[in-house]
Amino acid sequence: MHLTELLSRDRILANCTANDWGEALGIGVGLLMTDGYVDGRYLQAIIDNHQKLGPYMVIAPGICLGHARPEDGALKTGASLLTLNPEIAFGNATNDPVWFLLCLAAQDSDGHLQALTELMELLMDEEKMAGIRLADSSESIWGIINQ
Amino acid sequence: MKIMVVCGSGLGSSFMLELNVKKVLKELQITAEVDHCDLSSASGERADLFVATRDIAGQLSGKTVVSLNNMIDLKELKEKLGAALGSVL
Repeated sequence: MHLTELLSRDRILANCTANDWGEALGIGVGLLMTDGYVDGRYLQAIIDNHQKLGPYMVIAPGICLGHARPEDGALKTGASLLTLNPEIAFGNATNDPVWFLLCLAAQDSDGHLQALTELMELLMDEEKMAGIRLADSSESIWGIINQ
Repeated sequence: MKIMVVCGSGLGSSFMLELNVKKVLKELQITAEVDHCDLSSASGERADLFVATRDIAGQLSGKTVVSLNNMIDLKELKEKLGAALGSVL
């Protein structure tokens, strides 16, 4: 599975606004729920992880990867992407605030690994990330991911 | 030499970080076995070195841990991993 199969244009939102990190995660996971990728338990599992383990999911400055485990309610493998404007604090001392929020559902432990390899390449591509940050529509973001 | 990369659930960020650990080991010309797991199984894992982001690293007590602030920063990883390997090797 490629990153362009993990994501879909319909599950990308540009310049999303939310009051706090919980609401932002709710929007991202909501997109997955609408498409049947996760059930109602999944958001709570991510929030529980955040509280139990600390905001470790903010993996780099401005970048959050929100996910839980397959048994927490992941029904299919897929992801949603939000750009947050304004940025939102997730409580991570070194990497706040977050502007790039990817919510991932993985049905098993290896079906999504090619897509994650491509995601890592994208996150390290400063030019593409700058483009995504400035993009004002899901179409533009989708276009950059498909380059 | 075995290096274990740890994250909260063991199937997202730990795999992504494992990719970069392998990249840096290649640059440093060090041969090592690299794997990833979640925090709850990490306590039972035997490895010479554990790698994790800061929040997770703080919960790996009694292990030799490389703690990272930024998972996609190859420079930080290379510096910290290089230093830790110097003391483990």
